[in-house]
Amino acid sequence: MPANPELDAECIRRVIAGERHLFHDLIRPCERSIYLLLLSLLKNEAEAEDAAQETAIKVYLNLHLFRGEAQFRTWVLSIARNEALSRLRKQRIRREESLDAATDDQSGDYTPAILTSWREVPTEALEQKELGTLLRKAIEGLPEIYRNIVLLRDIEEMDIRETATALGISEGAVKVRLHRARAMLQRELAPQLKAFAPKSKGLLWRRA
Amino acid sequence: MRIDCKHVWQHISAYIEGDVDAALRAEIDKHLETCEICSAVLDSTRNVVILMADDRVFELPAGFSQRLHERIDRELQFGGS
Repeated sequence: MPANPELDAECIRRVIAGERHLFHDLIRPCERSIYLLLLSLLKNEAEAEDAAQETAIKVYLNLHLFRGEAQFRTWVLSIARNEALSRLRKQRIRREESLDAATDDQSGDYTPAILTSWREVPTEALEQKELGTLLRKAIEGLPEIYRNIVLLRDIEEMDIRETATALGISEGAVKVRLHRARAMLQRELAPQLKAFAPKSKGLLWRRA
Repeated sequence: MRIDCKHVWQHISAYIEGDVDAALRAEIDKHLETCEICSAVLDSTRNVVILMADDRVFELPAGFSQRLHERIDRELQFGGS
């Protein structure tokens, strides 16, 4: 979803000025990102949906506080993240990884899966449920600090800066984690995805 | 500077992002020309990235959007100003 700061700003101004119904249009382009980020943090669909609704309401109530320093979606996602963190705190869920602690100092020597024949992008295979399931499982299996990055950067296609702002970490940390996450996914997925590679010619993507 | 496979792997993500400087990019490109393994690693990593961006991988629960907007409507109608 291409961001359009001017359009967002105009819409926000009108909502605050009283055209409340426009809030629906404002939040709609963000709702997928909100839900996926919350699902990644809360790991529960019903809870993520409830938190998404709560996030939308908080965004509405705090709209006058948006200063336009970040993109609207980035601001919305940081509200979603705070909502998730406060729920996790309340639940006193003890988890092995802290959400905020940067644990990027572990030596990240990931040996990639070596294979030479899978190069085509089997996008048409996404029509089959198995491929989607495979990808989701691999992403869900990532440690949380990596999963959040992948979700915002690779799934929601936010840029590095937006991802860093939404998660409250540095751009450097985003890059390091993104690299580790992609390496883990490549190692996990490449051998399995080979089965989905199209048999015919017609490469969708080859290195230029 | 000659770089080896491990060195290339370290920069794969940044390479895909276009976030390596010209000199390093040239070195990696040179390496890729002759290294079948690194080419395959690069291609499969890039393929994973492309696949993840497909909206069909993660879908919202059925009715999610409708329920969200109904909730917003309730707030808009009955909430504070």
